[in-house]
Amino acid sequence: MDDSEYTRAKRRRARNLKLWLAFLLAPPAAILIIFVFLPMASAVVYSLYDWNGLVRKEFIGLDNFADILFNPNKNVILFNAFGNNVKVFVTLMIVQNGIALVLALLLARNPRGFRFYQVVFFLPVILSTVIIGFQWKMFLNPIFGLVNKALHYAGLSEWALPWLGLPETALPSMLLVNSWHWFGFPTLVFLAAIHRIPKDFIEAARLDGASEWRIAREIIWPLIAPAVTIIVVLTFIGSFNWFEIPYIMNGLEGSPQGSTDMLGLLFYRTAFGSVSAGGSDFGSGSALAVLMFIFIFIFSIIATKYLTSREVEMS
Amino acid sequence: MEKKRNAGFETWLMHIFLVSTAIIVLYPIFMMVMSGFKTNAEIFGSPFAMPKSFNLDNYAVIWNTTDVPRYLINSTIVTVISVIVLLITGTMAAYAISRYKFRGSIMVSLFFLAGLMLPLRLAIIPLFVQLKAMGLVDNLMGLIMIYTAMSLPSTVFILTGFLRSLPSELEDSARVDGASELRIMVQIMVPLITPAMVIAGIYNAVPIWNDFFFPLIFIQTPENRTLAQGLTSFFGEYSVNFGVLYAGLTLAALPVVAVFILQSKRFIAGMTAGAIK
Repeated sequence: MDDSEYTRAKRRRARNLKLWLAFLLAPPAAILIIFVFLPMASAVVYSLYDWNGLVRKEFIGLDNFADILFNPNKNVILFNAFGNNVKVFVTLMIVQNGIALVLALLLARNPRGFRFYQVVFFLPVILSTVIIGFQWKMFLNPIFGLVNKALHYAGLSEWALPWLGLPETALPSMLLVNSWHWFGFPTLVFLAAIHRIPKDFIEAARLDGASEWRIAREIIWPLIAPAVTIIVVLTFIGSFNWFEIPYIMNGLEGSPQGSTDMLGLLFYRTAFGSVSAGGSDFGSGSALAVLMFIFIFIFSIIATKYLTSREVEMS
Repeated sequence: MEKKRNAGFETWLMHIFLVSTAIIVLYPIFMMVMSGFKTNAEIFGSPFAMPKSFNLDNYAVIWNTTDVPRYLINSTIVTVISVIVLLITGTMAAYAISRYKFRGSIMVSLFFLAGLMLPLRLAIIPLFVQLKAMGLVDNLMGLIMIYTAMSLPSTVFILTGFLRSLPSELEDSARVDGASELRIMVQIMVPLITPAMVIAGIYNAVPIWNDFFFPLIFIQTPENRTLAQGLTSFFGEYSVNFGVLYAGLTLAALPVVAVFILQSKRFIAGMTAGAIK
């Protein structure tokens, strides 16, 4: 084989490889661009225009943003919903993830029935939120629901409240339902992280007579920091996108009295119209979406940075 | 001596806590299933008793008079096709990123990973306009495309990790033997990553099957509803018949629960795959 023939063959092979790579990458890239990146970018553009239903009218700069943030008739609703999302995040961090951490620490001691617990705790996670929302809505029905029936049988009739109908109890009830739905997920993520800690770390501490509480606090907690980071960020994103449970259990308006209103519900009402918000408003809806995205994005970055800084290397 | 008794007490406490949590999870599910066999009178009169008979009357009502069977078929179609398209395109991208050195390969992998950060539901308005223009509103194909796109980043992420860990000897020797790149990929490499494909498939199939948000916005006619979304209209129609409602919930939960019980290890590995490095 002479020299030029060799380079020609090489070039042909390089060109074929390029074609092959293009063939592999083009379809997935096209799907992602058309159905994710393009709509995300368009949302920003949409938020800068005035809209009349489905029809785009003139460019109005940041007026949509100013309207939802500073118009006193509208921002009351926005801030109320935002406050509720904050409550959701804080409560889920404490209740859902706190219980999950305790359960993970217990399961890490490999109790009898380990496999059984693992499967049972994960069972609600795989169920549809729609099923769980309706199931608990029926259980919490003030007259026919099992929760109040149980309270009556236990002689606690005065405790039998219309749980989803009172502003004080509606959101806490939903948060308990959400915790019931999801606690298995952080439990198993924490457990997997604990399992990755070298056994001798914990054994050595136990031999030295350290209490289980000290082992949990001083060895396990710092070493599962990466898992904690992930769960905090996922809980945050989930809390500020919270939609399904409040929608199914108490509807689009966040009743009673806005006590279960969320940014996700407000976004839906603004974008697609409702009894209270009137017709659909694509401009304000997009502006709200952009604000939510920026907020979630910035928090996730800050939280990841801050939480990662306390992570330690295991070796 | 003192210490031992203490440990025994702690162990007891642990078991009590674990058992009560298991009961708190299982009892409501058990009650849902049992109530599905009851008549309205039984549900209101003796809510905690076992059903008088395990007849399938409530299920017959669902099967014969509602669209729930149709919703089940639609959800199956959407989930199965989405996962197939997703695994094919995801494997293609992951394979190109992880098995070849080329200029811009880091950019390409960042491009796919960036999708992990974008919550697509916030772009629902432009997506709606776009799908309407493409004729994909009120069309199962529209849902399939959205789910595939939404799930691609995590799939590429999971599969890239596995593909990177494979040694290159197999590939190299096949190449020396003159096998084409396509053959190397399909016949040698892909069979090696099937466990990872199962994990990526489950990780995305469960949220797709359970999703309610996108059908709520994109599906209008009853024949095209998916199960999670269809349940909401079913609840509107049968709001006074608790027995039928409980049976409907049980029926809707059954497919996922059955697969989960059979494949719990893979499910747990799959669904936590995104959160565990």
